[in-house]
Amino acid sequence: MVVKCEEVWREISNYLEGDVEPDLRMAMEEHIRGCKRCTAVLDGTRNVVQLYGDERMVEVPLGFSQRLQHRLEENMPRSRRGFLGWMVAAAAAVLVAGSIEVGRSSIFSRPELRSEHAKPGAGVPPDMVVVVSTDGKIFHRSGCPFIHDKAHVQTLTAREAMREGYAPCVRCMKQYLIAS
Amino acid sequence: MPGEGTWLTDPAVQLNEEMLIRRIREGEHDLFYELIRPYERRVYSAALAILRNEADAEDVAQEAVLKALKHIRQFRAESRFSTWLIQITVNEARMRIRKHHAHMTEPIVDHQDEEGNYIPRDFADWREIPSETLERKEVRQKLAEALATLGKKYREVFVLRDMQHLSIEETAKALGISTASVKTRLLRARLMLRDLLAPGLGGSWSSRLSFEKGTKPW
Repeated sequence: MVVKCEEVWREISNYLEGDVEPDLRMAMEEHIRGCKRCTAVLDGTRNVVQLYGDERMVEVPLGFSQRLQHRLEENMPRSRRGFLGWMVAAAAAVLVAGSIEVGRSSIFSRPELRSEHAKPGAGVPPDMVVVVSTDGKIFHRSGCPFIHDKAHVQTLTAREAMREGYAPCVRCMKQYLIAS
Repeated sequence: MPGEGTWLTDPAVQLNEEMLIRRIREGEHDLFYELIRPYERRVYSAALAILRNEADAEDVAQEAVLKALKHIRQFRAESRFSTWLIQITVNEARMRIRKHHAHMTEPIVDHQDEEGNYIPRDFADWREIPSETLERKEVRQKLAEALATLGKKYREVFVLRDMQHLSIEETAKALGISTASVKTRLLRARLMLRDLLAPGLGGSWSSRLSFEKGTKPW
């Protein structure tokens, strides 16, 4: 069996998967040995697979695990608990009752915005993860290029940001701005 | 292939998972975090591959995990728990895109004809990019940027198969496409990335990916 460059390229991915018939594999290998172009394609493709397959390529944002765990804890259904579990639950209930009070007041009186020029948003998903700079007045999506002080950013949920008087960024949060 | 993949197929891990799932179903919900902890990075990276925005990806990852908890009774043991979890993540991420459709722009390559053969553009001798360079943030960033320029259907397949080490069949299942489509898209994704990272295509780094002119971090 003899194969041409085009056939090698078409099968190169399957070749790396070990997913070609023995005859074809041998023919491809023989072709590649004598072909500089196909050698370059094989080397490069193999390198791509190896690099992206490295665990270091998967990065999660700082604090991701903690925020996820927190979110899960908030949404845990009632479960059968031991005595200690009930104690913790009772303590949590007291805390929740307290925060309902706080929550209620913030529903009826919108918190004062930190910036007198900014407009509050509407319909921002409360659990959306946003970033603010500590001395700033605006909250952003994490990739937004208009974050002023990138050295002092803090991640929180939109609910928390709004409670603290931050207003949505007019660029990255455009869809949530109240039309004036 | 390195690390995670082999560990995840370990029968001991699977047995432990089955036990965890059983206990969670019986009411020990607190164990759920232990069940998903090994996969939280994958959930995030699957969401990021589709959404290309860190804040949205984190949000969707959280939603997907909550959904898995809520529907844990619907999980059937014939598929792996990780595949099921990724499947939920993919659905959540796609739903998010549909919801915010007007605000998401996909690169033009997404509309490329999938059927036509992809012809590599660079044939210069391949200069290997060693794995050790991944220690450097700038290298990881440039690889991530190259990946982000691929169309969604190529990114999804590439991330699940080559970054998360799902099998071809599992990738197909998670994305709801045929194994033949997985293979075609995988081939194209790998060849496109190779061209994007190729040493001989010097100019393309600066013009197409807005990297600093002529400099590559390896």
